[in-house]
Amino acid sequence: MDTDLAIRASGLTRRFDKKLAVDDVDFAIKPGEIYGFLGPNGAGKTTIIRMLVTLLAPTMGNAWIMGHSIRDSETKVRLHIGVALQEVALDPQQTGTQLLRLQGRLYGLSSDEVNKRVAQLGELIDIGGALDHRIKTYSGGMKRRLDLAAALIHNPDVLFLDEPTAGLDPVSRIRVQKEIRRLNKELGVTIFLTTQYLEEADKLVSRVGIISEGRIVAEGTPRELKRKIGENLVIIQTQGDMQNVVAALQAVPKVGKIEVLGQEIAIASSDGSTIIGPIAAKLHEAKIQVEQLTLRAPSLDDVFLEVTGNRMQKHTTRAEESQ
Amino acid sequence: MTGEPVGNIPRARPAGFWHDLLTIAGRALRAIPREADNLAPALIFPVFFFAIVVGSLEGIASFAGVDNFRAFQIPVAIIFAVTGVSRATALVTDITSGYFDRLLVSPINRWALLLGLMVADFALVVGLSLPVLILAIVLGVNFVTGIPGMLVFLLISGLWGLVFTGFPYTIALRTGSPAAVNSSFLLFLPFVFLTSTFLPQEALSGWLATAASYNPITYILAGLRALITDGWVLPDLLRAIGAIAVVGLLSFSLAFTALRQRVKRP
Repeated sequence: MDTDLAIRASGLTRRFDKKLAVDDVDFAIKPGEIYGFLGPNGAGKTTIIRMLVTLLAPTMGNAWIMGHSIRDSETKVRLHIGVALQEVALDPQQTGTQLLRLQGRLYGLSSDEVNKRVAQLGELIDIGGALDHRIKTYSGGMKRRLDLAAALIHNPDVLFLDEPTAGLDPVSRIRVQKEIRRLNKELGVTIFLTTQYLEEADKLVSRVGIISEGRIVAEGTPRELKRKIGENLVIIQTQGDMQNVVAALQAVPKVGKIEVLGQEIAIASSDGSTIIGPIAAKLHEAKIQVEQLTLRAPSLDDVFLEVTGNRMQKHTTRAEESQ
Repeated sequence: MTGEPVGNIPRARPAGFWHDLLTIAGRALRAIPREADNLAPALIFPVFFFAIVVGSLEGIASFAGVDNFRAFQIPVAIIFAVTGVSRATALVTDITSGYFDRLLVSPINRWALLLGLMVADFALVVGLSLPVLILAIVLGVNFVTGIPGMLVFLLISGLWGLVFTGFPYTIALRTGSPAAVNSSFLLFLPFVFLTSTFLPQEALSGWLATAASYNPITYILAGLRALITDGWVLPDLLRAIGAIAVVGLLSFSLAFTALRQRVKRP
């Protein structure tokens, strides 16, 4: 057990009947980090977070929060954590103030401490006079921010946020992201969040674990992970025969690894600007009709593609469509 | 939010069982006035039933050996008012909305999650008994045991209402389904009709007499009726308390087992 770490997981595994939802996951998070789990729906993100916050028991392995085991020191773990789960967990019949007061009492805060925290959090989440209104009258963004405040009432060392911006409009999403950054910066709270939004992971987290089918398939800072792919990516979209296209591209000097996904081809390069011209010329020469030819920096989705062979955005879109 | 000296930052600590119990009970009690429309039937139905039964049977009750039929029916009205009143539906709402999970990730004592609701239920059922008791007094029903008898009458009614809550809570915790909780009302029917609701136990015959002899409500009604018309009849009171204890043992065992299952990490 490493007491210098805010969170450590070792061999964390969870099985639901025959389905292996989380498979032998290891990670370590230092105090003050914003660590993000990025993955499509069903990748195992929520199962991991539910184990870490003591709502679900691991089938195998263990994890420690501020040095306390989630297996046999649940109460100690609960004193150190704040949790905002994917579904906003509020009592719509209470006012925001009543809810925060109740939360404060559950964490053993005195009346004075609760009053002080409610005033502080009211400022932080910035929902003004609405704190004294019934929660059922709040908008989705206000509920999400109140949920966040409820998770913070006792000044937790570690804050768990399961898809904190899911279902929010872009303005509310930016606002919540700003608040997460502020909490981390001003209070030094260690933040563990899950997200399926690539740009959120890219902008918000200091380190990201990419999770697919219950396993961490890549881990590092967003910059490190993207660098592993290359400085630039040339993306080609075409309706032509992909074997012909690949054959044509392989004849272009300095073209290295070619990734094909459906009708899209990605070519990683340390200097894309020098190869994009020859590529365009070669495709033209081979009479291949190109729909789009772009040069861009790699994204975390490209990292996901690199390590899993699939685009994460496609998973996400399919999952959203099926909902 | 910034600039707070570290020593002044409040830190979480276990609040303790009694503190948790009062916190949960306080929340439940605060919710009651907001749900007054849900409680109205618990008051209207017994008064309506009382009026109908007294209006239709008072004239012939003496044939069954009942001299004061209004006094005889007041305990029935009380049982109607307090049986099945609980926060089980609110508990289901907490479970389905995820609020119960929020409570579970806090260091709250797990027993307080249910006991706090039961404390609120006890206060509520005693509160619901009061208007019926006032109605009895207005109608000229006289307690031979006086004010102490009235208080014991309220206590027995409240305890019965409390132990019965174990059944809807069991269903709520086991199923997390509002429909299943509402159907727990069906349990109420055999309890209140297979007993001495309309006639004294001695006047019942056949299978109904047998069913009534096994029904705890028979003994609770006898104890409550004794307080109004006969005085401090210890055997009747002890049987009433014994009946409540037996039902309580069963319903609370079921409810707390269901709670243990619900809060156990799957």
